[in-house]
Order: sequence, then structure tokens, then C-alpha cells
Amino acid sequence: MLTEALVVSALLFLIGTFGVLVRRNAIIMFLCIELQLNAANLSFVALSRHLGIDGQVFVFFVMTVAAAEAAVGLAIIISIFRHYQTVNVDNFNLLKW
Amino acid sequence: MGFTEHLVLPPAVSLLGAGWAPAAQGAAYEPFLPGLILLLPLLGFLLNGALALAAGRRSADRIRSGGAAAEGSVEPAGRMLPTWIGPGVVGVAFLLTLINFGRMLGVELNEPVIRSYWTWMGTGNLNVEAAIQLDPLSMVMMMVITGVGFLIHVFSVGYMKEDPGYARYFAYLNLFVFFMLTLVMGANFPMMFVGWEGVGLCSYLLIGFWFHDRPKADAGKKAFIVNRIGDFGFLVAMFILFATLGTLDYVGVFEAAPEAFVYGGGIVTAITLFLLLGATGKSAQIPLFVWLPDAMAGPTPVSALIHAATMVTAGVYLVARSSVLFALAPAGSVAVATIGALTALFAATIALQQVDIKRVLAYSTVSQLGFMFLGVGVGAYAAGVFHLMTHAFFKALLFLGAGAVIHSMHHAFHATHKDWDAQDMRNMGGLRRFMPVTWITMWVATLAIAGIWPFAGFFSKDEIIWASGAAARGGFEFIYTGLWVVALAAAVLTAIYMTRLMVMTFHGPSRAGEEEEKHLHGAPLTMTVPLIALAVLSVFGGWVNVPGSIRESFFGGFGLLPMSDWLDRWLAPITADAQAVLLAELGPVADQAPVGGGHVFWGAVATVVATAVVILTARSIARAGTRPAIEEGLPEGGIRKLLYNKWYVDELYDRIVVRPTLGVSRWAWRVVDQLLIDGTVNAVGNVTRGVGWFGSLFQTGQVNTYAFILTLGVLAVLGVLIL
Repeated sequence: MLTEALVVSALLFLIGTFGVLVRRNAIIMFLCIELQLNAANLSFVALSRHLGIDGQVFVFFVMTVAAAEAAVGLAIIISIFRHYQTVNVDNFNLLKW
Repeated sequence: MGFTEHLVLPPAVSLLGAGWAPAAQGAAYEPFLPGLILLLPLLGFLLNGALALAAGRRSADRIRSGGAAAEGSVEPAGRMLPTWIGPGVVGVAFLLTLINFGRMLGVELNEPVIRSYWTWMGTGNLNVEAAIQLDPLSMVMMMVITGVGFLIHVFSVGYMKEDPGYARYFAYLNLFVFFMLTLVMGANFPMMFVGWEGVGLCSYLLIGFWFHDRPKADAGKKAFIVNRIGDFGFLVAMFILFATLGTLDYVGVFEAAPEAFVYGGGIVTAITLFLLLGATGKSAQIPLFVWLPDAMAGPTPVSALIHAATMVTAGVYLVARSSVLFALAPAGSVAVATIGALTALFAATIALQQVDIKRVLAYSTVSQLGFMFLGVGVGAYAAGVFHLMTHAFFKALLFLGAGAVIHSMHHAFHATHKDWDAQDMRNMGGLRRFMPVTWITMWVATLAIAGIWPFAGFFSKDEIIWASGAAARGGFEFIYTGLWVVALAAAVLTAIYMTRLMVMTFHGPSRAGEEEEKHLHGAPLTMTVPLIALAVLSVFGGWVNVPGSIRESFFGGFGLLPMSDWLDRWLAPITADAQAVLLAELGPVADQAPVGGGHVFWGAVATVVATAVVILTARSIARAGTRPAIEEGLPEGGIRKLLYNKWYVDELYDRIVVRPTLGVSRWAWRVVDQLLIDGTVNAVGNVTRGVGWFGSLFQTGQVNTYAFILTLGVLAVLGVLIL
């Protein structure tokens, strides 16, 4: 069971990473980051079966941080959208040297 | 003159001359307020300095409120306080010195009296006390400084009356007296160095007193910079002394020196040569004499006090004070004597052709200082100090007299708006009718400096010349005999240039012009009284050290004078150790000139020759006549032009020292500073900026780029961890 769970987790993480790298829509990229986080959560839960309860505790922390992150991130995206009328990250490059 | 008898006196010999009252046996010398002698001039400086600052602020306010600064006038109220404070503090200090001198006279003094006030430097082995030392040598110097200083302060009241910087002038002058007293009263070398630097500062301030005049400000800078070269020598000598003896107190150094140093050894010779370098700077000897003639840019009383009577003699004092060290280093001593004799002759030749009255006196001072160096260089330390003292009298008199002349000429030319140089002797002539007191007193000084019996200079200068001939013994016998001849030549030139000065200034027809003659005036009382006092000293000042043989010979004429060899005996505690070294190493002094003859014979010859020279020079100058400066061109060609241009020493130094220094400085500025140092710093900055610019290229502002690089990084880390 452990192997299958870890394989699923790895696949989810790769999909998430791939999404962050190739997509330009800020919301999609955001969702992909969530996917990566949950891939990690799955590994935690799967491994906690053998290594003790710590992994499951950690998952709660990750979910809390993810929720907070979602709130802040979505707020930023909304405010960007209000300014540019788009969420395509290619248009956002003011934050440099 | 040589005088074997006192050279072999043991240190404990009675200090009293034949005629003095017998010493109260067992009585000790109790100093009377010695610290106050030092502090009074400092107090005067502080008070006058405050007044000067206040006066400066007032005139600044006047200028700001639209009115022009009152040129050439001070309101009487602004003069009142400095007039009393300035000379007053020095006068009181002189009285205190007299009291101390009187107390010292009546006792046997085998140990110097040292008053220590606080520990100035106490680190590790180095312990320097802020202490003053009272002994016969410092007492003589204090008498000269406060006595002559007081007279010159009084003279200044008249001379500087109309100067806007009146209070500032007295502040500087008082500060100078304070530092000069520190120099001679200090009980260790660092204290002397403090005074040494302090008088240099005051000299700079007073030479550049009229600093709005560019050449005068430059002259001040020249004096200061040339002196720094000498100060370096003094410092190095102190370092070596401390490194070898572990102390800088006079008592400690001079007690330890005879055991610690081998006679003629390398270390003691190095010390004396570095001390000599310091002395040549302060006392304007070859090669560092060039600043003194330029120092005449200052007010004339300053030239009298600082650049003739006191500060420039500090080098002689230094050698006399360190006589033990110099006695232990025959090479150092012969260097002192050679430099002195050469300077005496060299400066005297330049004085022959100068036309500025103060420049003649300046070169005369350099020449006379050379005589003093010759004296202390041949081991006649008391004779050197003796000439220092008498020279202070007659040279201060000559400068003050010249000041009175310049004062009068300046007023005459000023009144008629004539654009002539008030210091050029070619514009003078016939002044004896207008200022008889100045005329007579200056003739007294001239006869004194020319060395005519019985004026002061005869006894002091001829004693030095005698000693240089008589000192011909040991390894440097040949050199000393040569120096004797050089000194004789310089003495003849002294008589010539001084007579020339007197004849051109005071005799013959007046060349200033008829209109100007109406404005020529005698000096006011504050100026003539110091002149007369100094004239009296110039006559009698030499009688404190009449050689015993001369005293007996001149038909008993000097039998009335009780002071046979008095100064030699008075200074014996200072010079005894050095004389003991010389006697042990070189044997007794031959008490006759190199070509034979005794005191009386040579004394008579010297007087007759000097008198003849004075008369002949006066006649030939008077017969040749002089024309005003504008009619007479510069001397053309030959030795006269060479002397008029001072052997081109300034030009030579400009070529071999000043310009190369400037060149090297410019190179250091352009190449080392701008190219190497600034270049390195700028390069570091530029490289940092370039690297930053390159790094900033990675910061695109695109989230994808960052994410991509982040992923690559993670993969790389993972790859490293796994493989």
C-alpha cells in the first residue's frame, strides 16, 4: 500500500510542478501549488502509518497554512485583476531591479 | 679667552668671584615663587588674548554694520589694558627672577634646584615630570629673557601704538616669553622641546603678524617649515637618549652619560649630531639659516626679541646644556664649531652688501650666532653663553634702534605720500640730526659688536675666538686652528658691515628729501628709554667676565671691577663635568693663540685692528657716498652682485630642495594618490557595480522564470544528494 500511495503522491507533485511551470493563468498556477501541497500531505499520511503520528499532525499544519495562503494569494490575485483586468502572469514584471 | 685656571676647577668650587661677599656657608638656595615667573607671561597671554578676541569681534561688528574698519587706529580704551598687562607681567617676572638671582648668588649651589609639579608622562619606563630646574645656566637665560624681553615690551608700546592688532601683538609676545621660559626652565628634554615648539609657533605667528600681506605670511611659513627639519633632529636625539639611558631628565642623563657612553663612541656622536641638527634649525646656522633673514617681515621689536636676543639662541643653550654629551663626542663638537665658524663668515659676507637695514642686522645675527656655536663647539661653553648674553644686549639695541629709524622714516614717507622703502638704507642718511639718542646708542652697540675694548662684545667675542685657537688639541687640532682664522676674518667683516650700516643710516647728507626731513622725528620716550638701558648694558655687560690676566694688566684699570672670570665661575657647575671629560681626554688647554701671544697682546691687537677697520670703513663709505634707491641700480656683476643676492642660497635651495620636493609631491599626488590609491578604490567600486549589474539580469520580474530556476535548483540539490 505504501508504495502505491507514494507513487500517487509523486505523480500529483509532478503534475503540480508542471502546471506551475507551464501555465500562465495565475489562478491555475495557484491551484497547482495547492496540488503540490496536497501531494506532500498524502506522503505524510502514508508514511505516518509506519513512522508514528507526527506525520498526520504535520498535515494539519500544512492544511492550515494552505488555507491562510489561499486567502492571501486569492486576495492578491483579485487586486491584480482589478488593476490589469487580467490574471496572465506574463503581464506582471514590474517587480525587478 | 682660554683661561686654563678655571677650566680645571672642580665642580664644587666656590661660585663667587674675587670681590663678592663671602658665601654664607651651609645656606641653601631657596627659590622664590619660581612657578610664577613662568605663569605670569601665560596669564598675560590669556588676558591680552581675550582682549584681542573682543577687539576683533568689535571691528567685525563695525564692518558688518556698514562702517569700514578703522585703518591704522585703535581707540585709546582698547590700548589701555594691553599697554599695562603686556609689559607688566614680563616686568614682574623680571623682578622675581632678580630676587631668585640674588638668592642664588649668596649660596653654594652644587645641585640644581628642581621643582616638580605633576607627572606629565608616566608610562612604563618613561617618566617625565612637569618640572622646572633652577641652576646658574637657566638663571642667566631667565635674566636675559625677562630683562631684555621687558625692555622690548616697553619699546613695543611706542612702536605698535597705531597698529589695529595691538592686543593680539602683546598676546603673542607674552606667549612667546612663556614658551621661552619653559624652554630654559624645563628640567628635562621633553619640557625643553615643549618650549622649543612653542617659541617656533610664536615666531611663526609674529613673523606673519601682518598676514594680509602675502610675502609676510609666506615668510612665517618658511620659518616654521625650515624649523621642522631641525625639530626632527631634536626628536630623534631624544629617542636615542631614552633608548640608551632610559631617562630624559637633565640630572639623570648628564650623570649617566660619562659612564654609559664611550668617549667618541658612535651613539653619543649620533645624539650630538641630531641635537646639532635641531640647533641649526632654531639658531639659523648653515644649512638651515635661510628662514631668519625672511623673518624680518615681522614687527621690528619682534625681530629684536625673538630673532636676535632670545629664541635663536636656544640652539646655543641646547649645546651648553648638553655640554657633557658634546664633550664626549669630539666629532660632534667639531661639527658644531665648524658650522658655527663657517656660518659666522658666510653670513658676514652677505651682510656687507645688503641695503635693507633689518637684513643687515639679520645676517649679522646669523653671523654672531655662528660665533656662539664656535664657542660651545670648542668646549668654551661659558664663553658661548657669555656671548649669547652680551649679544642679546647689543643686538636687541641695534634692532630696536633700527625699529626707531624705520618708524621715523615710515612716518616721513607716509606724511608726504612718497613711495620709498622706509627700510632701505640708501634712502636714509644724516639721521643723526633728527634722532640723536638712537644715533648714539646704536654707535655704542656697533662698537660693542665690533669687539672694541671696553665694550661688551670685546670680552665675549674675543673670548670665543681665543678659545677656538687655544682649543687646538686632540685629533681635530688642525681644524680648530683653521676655525680660528675663519673667526678672525668674520670678526673683521663684522666691524665693516656694522660701520657701513651706521654711516649709511646716520651720517652724510640726508637722502630722504627736503619735504620729508620736516616730518622726521625722534623716538618717543617709551622707545628711547629701552634704547638707553640696553646701551648701558652693551657697555658694561661684558665686565662680568673679564679675564683675570687682562684685569691685572690694563694699568689696574679693571682693578675696580670685582668680577674677574665671574660668569665662568658662575657657570662652572654646569660646565664642570664637560670640562672634566675634555681635560681627561685631551689634556689641558694651551693658554695662548696658535701663533703665540697671550691674552693682553691679542686683546690689544683685536681692539686696535677693530678700531682701525671701523675708521677706515667709515671714511671710505662716506667718501664713496650713497645715492637714493631709485637712482642707484642693483649691483652689476662680480662679487658685489653675488653678495647682494646672498650667494644665491635661496635660489639654490629652491632648485635642489623646494622644486624636487614639489615635483615628488606632484608625482605622489598624480600617480600614487590619484592613480594608485584612488584607482584601486574606484576599481573595487566599479567591479562591485558591474557584478551587481550582471546579477540583476537574472531578476526578470517574471514569476515563471523564478519558478523555473527554483525547480532547477531543487533538482540540482536532489541530484547531488542522491548521487
